[in-house]
Amino acid sequence: MSDTHQQSIGYVRDSMLPEATPPLGEVGAIRWMRANLFSSIANGALTLASLFVLYHLISGVLPWALNGVWDAPSIRACREILDGNTGGCFAVLTERWNQLLFGFQYPSEIYWRPTLAFVLLFVAIAPVLFRKVFPLRMLVFSALYPFIAYYLIWGGSILIPVFALLGFVAGYLVYSRFVAQSFAAGFFGGILAAFVFWYVTGFLPIEGVLALQVVESRNMGGFMLNLILGTVCVSLSIPFGIALALGRQSDMPIIKWICILFIEFIRGVPLITLLFVANVVLAYFLPPGTNFDLILRVIIMITMFASAYIAEVIRGGLAALPKGQYEAGDSLGLDYAQSMRLIILPQALKISIPGIVNVSVGLFKDTTLVSVISMFDLVGMIRGPILASTDWNGVYWELLGFAAVLFFIVCYGISQYSQWLERQLQTDHR
Amino acid sequence: MTKTVTLGALTVAAFAAGAAGAATLDDVKARGSLNCGVTTGLVGFAAPDANGEWEGFDVGVCRAVAAAVLGDPTAVTFVPTTGKTRFTALASGEIDLLARNTTWTYSRDVDLKFEFVGVNYYDGQGFLVPKALGVSSAKELSGATICIQTGTTTELNLADYFRKNNMEYQPVPIETNGEAQQQYLAGACDVYTTDASGLAATRAAFETPGDHVVLPEIISKEPLGPLVRHGDSEWGDVARWTLNALIAAEEYGITSANVEELSAGTDSPEIDRILGTEDNLGAMMGLEPTWAKAAIAAGGNYGELFEKNIGENTPIGLSRGLNAQWTDGGLLYAPPFR
Repeated sequence: MSDTHQQSIGYVRDSMLPEATPPLGEVGAIRWMRANLFSSIANGALTLASLFVLYHLISGVLPWALNGVWDAPSIRACREILDGNTGGCFAVLTERWNQLLFGFQYPSEIYWRPTLAFVLLFVAIAPVLFRKVFPLRMLVFSALYPFIAYYLIWGGSILIPVFALLGFVAGYLVYSRFVAQSFAAGFFGGILAAFVFWYVTGFLPIEGVLALQVVESRNMGGFMLNLILGTVCVSLSIPFGIALALGRQSDMPIIKWICILFIEFIRGVPLITLLFVANVVLAYFLPPGTNFDLILRVIIMITMFASAYIAEVIRGGLAALPKGQYEAGDSLGLDYAQSMRLIILPQALKISIPGIVNVSVGLFKDTTLVSVISMFDLVGMIRGPILASTDWNGVYWELLGFAAVLFFIVCYGISQYSQWLERQLQTDHR
Repeated sequence: MTKTVTLGALTVAAFAAGAAGAATLDDVKARGSLNCGVTTGLVGFAAPDANGEWEGFDVGVCRAVAAAVLGDPTAVTFVPTTGKTRFTALASGEIDLLARNTTWTYSRDVDLKFEFVGVNYYDGQGFLVPKALGVSSAKELSGATICIQTGTTTELNLADYFRKNNMEYQPVPIETNGEAQQQYLAGACDVYTTDASGLAATRAAFETPGDHVVLPEIISKEPLGPLVRHGDSEWGDVARWTLNALIAAEEYGITSANVEELSAGTDSPEIDRILGTEDNLGAMMGLEPTWAKAAIAAGGNYGELFEKNIGENTPIGLSRGLNAQWTDGGLLYAPPFR
């Protein structure tokens, strides 16, 4: 046997070969390119085509961006400096920087006030967004922030935001006194108490107590206005949206039908129509001379619009929960408010996060629609005053590109945060 | 529900009461500032500068009226309006005067219940062509491709004009002036047509404005003027005669530079009457005797306003054309002050 074997095998290695390096085509950049860019003839052709397009884009945009003029008094001066070369006229951004951020009517000597409010915004939302990182005590500041921001941005007597705050406190005290007996008594009693408090303090002479210079609402503008509208409307529309979603699922027919009507009506009407109503139609119904603040009207309309959408998103979350969860709450002997607060909503809201973020990002971008009712938000500033000035008529790319960059930063930030939050709340089994 | 109805009825009643008893002049004096509606931005006519100060040709009218009524050209609250919100803003009383390059038409005057107090700019539809096309008259445009804003009266005017002259054209529909600029420069159309003042402003924004010309033909009438609400003739008079004072001031050579000197008394009775040195025309309207002097001192007479904002020495470079004094072959003709 062994003989036959010996003849059939010509050569037997009796020692190990030294380890060789992998062939050149199977390591490093070349392997990566072969695997990802040129894995087949078709893919290779597509890669080359994409490279060609990229080259064209970059070779067009880069000289324009790098060779830009940052210091010139007008578009004509820009063109003289460029002298026929390619280059953007970014001087419009430097000259109108403050107008793009604050609008053209906000008094320039007090730009620090909205800037400070903007910085404090981060302090206020940090404990809300990153609950585990920051101490719970910071939430007190978050609760005070709306009043501080109002005082900083609009100015006036400090007693206005203080009384507004105390009204809420009074409402809460009444609520907590009566809620043990009946939720409805506590809820409506609280609202009534707050309104009574505001009505009574409305008669007090509050002019000039620790007053900052007053800035009228119509003087707000620029990206500041987008941020004000976006922040206020998103934060208001989430609680309203939750209430509407729960109302729509309610067993009580009147509440259910009110919620359905509201949601379906608002969703059936374009936002721009609501804005026109806020701006134009209300002016006919209010007595002449009454000045119902335009920003307040717009905030109410956008909040209504957004809360209808958020209600539908949350209803989706509620519907996605198995019926067992509701029954579990009942079997533990929890009442409606408790089972919602402790069992249903935490799960439903978690499911709804992507939807809510989607609505928020869309809403933030929709705030630019206010430019059609002659408010000067970022886009309104660009399309109106800046492009209409004799100096800058004709600078389109630089201005609108800048607006796109600002909006991208904010919206991308929101979307990244929501993905992080989803990972944090991940409890399912994978 | 009953409550809302009552509230609604109350507000409507209050609105009606307010509108009926509208004495805009008294309101403006009590308020201490004029609420003047302007555009949200139109090159040369109204736009805020880098410091947020409104300037422009229409803005000049607002300032003149404020100076005439209150003696202070800065006592104006400018309310920017869009083409869609301008008429409701005026009708609802949010603004006292609308000076927003608005064309005086029959239906706006009669049906919308406004009162045009005059014309501060005679505009009309024109044509912008590249010099390289070698065209010197609109009559030579047969067969051209033309950029035109859809759904406007300019579209209809253009069709009428070409049919009347037995010419053919190829329309390129566009939405906004910005889009038109890009299309025209990219060569998508040979000709761009809109109001002549708009053409001049568009041309001013070009990299080489000298390569393009506005043809001499004007094919439609667009008289632009300030307007007020129906039913308050006293206030209408104030606005109308302030505008007339600016126009007359140019005719008689009263400028912002020499108004002080002339108001000491001249040998021309008409100038003396305008400036309040002789007679007291202002009192008939409930204004100071020096109302017109203040209006002229605010930004200069009509010609000065024109030259400063849209005239030939500005980048917009509009020539006076129809907007010259009647003595120079234009249409500006202020009735006598007596």
